[in-house]
Amino acid sequence: MLALWITLVVLAVALAVLVGLGLRSRRRSRGRTPAPPAQAPSAQAPPEAQPAEAQSAEAQPAEAQPAIPDAAQPELRQRLGKTRGALSGYMRSLRARGSVDDTTWDELEEALLRADVGLPTTTSLLDGLRGRVRAGELRGPEEVLQGLRSDLEACLTVTGGGLTHVPDATNVWLFVGVNGVGKTTTIGKVAKQQTAAGRSVILAAGDTFRAAAGAQLAMWAERAGVEIVRGAEGGDPSAVVFDAVQRAAARGHDLVLADTAGRIHTKVNLIEELKKIRRVAERPPGTVSEVLLVLDATTGQNGLAQARQFLDAVTITGVVLTKLDGTAKGGIVVAIERELGVPVKLIGVGEGPDDLIPFVASEFVSALFE
Amino acid sequence: MFDALSDRLDGILGRLRSRGRLSDGDIDEALREIRTALLEADVEIGVTRSLVDGIRARLVGEALSKSLSPAQQVVKAVHDELVRVLGGETLRISYAPSPPTVVLLAGLQGSGKTTTSAKLARWFRQQGRNPMLVGADLQRPAAVEQLGILAEQAGVPMFSEPSDPVAVAAAGLREALRLGRDVLIVDTAGRLAIDEELMDEVRRVSGALSPHYTFLVIDAMTGQDAVGTAAAFHAALELDGVILTKLDSDARGGAALSVKEVVGRPIAFASTGERLADFDQFHPDRMASRILGMGDVLSLVEQAEREFDHDVAQDGAARLLEGRFTLEDFLAQLQQVKKLGSLGGILSLLPGVPKELKQADTAIDDRQVSQVEAIIRSMTRQERAEPAVIDGARRVRIARGSGTSTQEVNQLLRQFKEAQAMMRSPGMLSGMLGGAKGARLAGALGRSKGNPLADLGVAGGTGATSDLGDLGFSGGPFGSGMAPPKGAGGGGKAGGTKKKKGGRVTPKSGRPGRPA
Repeated sequence: MLALWITLVVLAVALAVLVGLGLRSRRRSRGRTPAPPAQAPSAQAPPEAQPAEAQSAEAQPAEAQPAIPDAAQPELRQRLGKTRGALSGYMRSLRARGSVDDTTWDELEEALLRADVGLPTTTSLLDGLRGRVRAGELRGPEEVLQGLRSDLEACLTVTGGGLTHVPDATNVWLFVGVNGVGKTTTIGKVAKQQTAAGRSVILAAGDTFRAAAGAQLAMWAERAGVEIVRGAEGGDPSAVVFDAVQRAAARGHDLVLADTAGRIHTKVNLIEELKKIRRVAERPPGTVSEVLLVLDATTGQNGLAQARQFLDAVTITGVVLTKLDGTAKGGIVVAIERELGVPVKLIGVGEGPDDLIPFVASEFVSALFE
Repeated sequence: MFDALSDRLDGILGRLRSRGRLSDGDIDEALREIRTALLEADVEIGVTRSLVDGIRARLVGEALSKSLSPAQQVVKAVHDELVRVLGGETLRISYAPSPPTVVLLAGLQGSGKTTTSAKLARWFRQQGRNPMLVGADLQRPAAVEQLGILAEQAGVPMFSEPSDPVAVAAAGLREALRLGRDVLIVDTAGRLAIDEELMDEVRRVSGALSPHYTFLVIDAMTGQDAVGTAAAFHAALELDGVILTKLDSDARGGAALSVKEVVGRPIAFASTGERLADFDQFHPDRMASRILGMGDVLSLVEQAEREFDHDVAQDGAARLLEGRFTLEDFLAQLQQVKKLGSLGGILSLLPGVPKELKQADTAIDDRQVSQVEAIIRSMTRQERAEPAVIDGARRVRIARGSGTSTQEVNQLLRQFKEAQAMMRSPGMLSGMLGGAKGARLAGALGRSKGNPLADLGVAGGTGATSDLGDLGFSGGPFGSGMAPPKGAGGGGKAGGTKKKKGGRVTPKSGRPGRPA
């Protein structure tokens, strides 16, 4: 083997040329909002099925945004049980201090970093608060904490959070993400909820790579009592999604939940494959009304990179934050929403079929503080 | 993911050359940047603090080196400290006197336990053992089926039964004894560290097995939570080691540091991809470079070795050296490079990339790569061989055929011509492969037969002096001249580091049957 190093030099040449091309114009625009679904304007917000054991379920009017449950206890806090919010350890100390000093800022920084909010976002949030303290707008630690809460909530309320479902169309909700985040399990939960809400659901086993992935999804299909379309192991995922859309149209289902294989966002060929899946799903009669990035709540700063890449590749419309029951953190979504404008739509709080709740910014932020 | 830390430190410390040593103020400023880098890499905040303290202790009173810039010196101190934390003794599996040697895997949901179990089985098989897998994850739908398929791929038997995890474990052990298997690998269900019931269950599984090795499987992209998780699992099971997964992502992997600090046991293995073969011993120095955002050149080399078509690489390389590198060659090599993943990521890992390019935050858009490919594909054989014949009419045709514009076609032709000229200039190669990073790379590759670098008179090309645990930053960019490295870290190394080199050399020889 001729020493491989030479090949690497070749790479450098290749890259020098490409970068030269790249320096021209193409800078990715930041903070763009995801494109609206191809067809009809996002109609009714979905009647999201409340988990069976929730407070006496107020019937949600079909048109409303997922309303903040007016029951006494915020559902998320209830579900998170004993997990402590990232800031909870600091609350007493912060309040005990009479005034706002350097230690206050240090502790707040540490608290936010522990929540995986990340240094850039943390710095920006705290700078803002510091400015308001200097200007006399906020006095004392309690007001600063309040200010932080509302700022965080504001970051997380970028766009409407409901799941989009276009009436009279074969909707496709595509679930994407890196390996191990909980895509398949999430689909199982969504299938159950949407069926309970009166939709006619069918699953597409678009993960044709992972051993027994189809079998795993099939079990969820059975639990939810819905049909599933599978393909050959190692076969073309686009074909499976296509078949599912066709069958859905033929049999009058109005929602296709499409699973995809976990993929690292930096692998070009896998991302290309995903783009193709989306294109195929979009072919009439399919309407891709949601592309959901499933994100593990324990993910650190890489979550932002993931979101960015998937946004660029397949225009994700929302995030599903999973495994929050283990952590009460997931602060990376603050950066994601702030920098990329992608909203969190759902939160996963367990492995069971009912462990999925709508994202409510105030609840999420409260959970961080408790 | 460029050498941000080194560059940032350059900015702060660059002006220090005249003074004899780093002042406390300088150190503080530098440490602030280091703290930022570590936090951005997901190192847990408490661990970051203690690391920074450790680095301060190293730097205080240290005289400024004559051969390294202050920034380089600081980065080296940081790097060394991280290697120290991540390293320690390598885990050497010692097999039980009476088989089987039992290995238990535990971790959070989605961390990669099932795939890792199969990878471990394959690894043990390569070591000449007769492993067996036990599927004790009865919680996740189709988990046992998944393990069964992977077991078949790995060529090992798998055992499971639909009872409960503890019973399966015990039965699996009995089965292993019956079949005379000498290694038993037990996969368990993912569980939350805060779930008392499930943690109790895994304790009972461990009780039924009395494992010789218990590994925590943890995802490299885990954030601040890594510490809590690791501590809880360690308290419940007394871990013997950690296996880090999904290192094929671009996550910096600070969780590795956090976990190591908390658990105090070696990180035994690193999983670098979805295939069963993507499994290796853990390399502390590579991980240290990665955490600092300095990229991991050596893993890139190994990956390239795995993925590249050698004939194609060889042809291209030969023509390159002879100055006959054409667009056709470029296209062929581009296909190879794409196999390594995102080109944007690769740029950061290569030595000698000029600062200006790095700073442009271009993040090479892989769309542009496709465009370039399309343009070249729209050319005829002759056009690719002799771009000079491409006149206006041809440009229009090519543009149309590739869905681009004539400006873009012109750009490509112009850039390529420039690149060709660069490749022909004598000092270029030595400049690119000069500097510490290049020397490290050259050294690593110099181990393979007949290193032509020596012929080109590039220092460090013999590979003898370059230490794999060496500095990982670029010292020889275009901008700072083409001087070969001044004993890039070769001299003045503490004995400790040298020893590490001895331990580190095994990866290449450890791999089965690769022709040099």
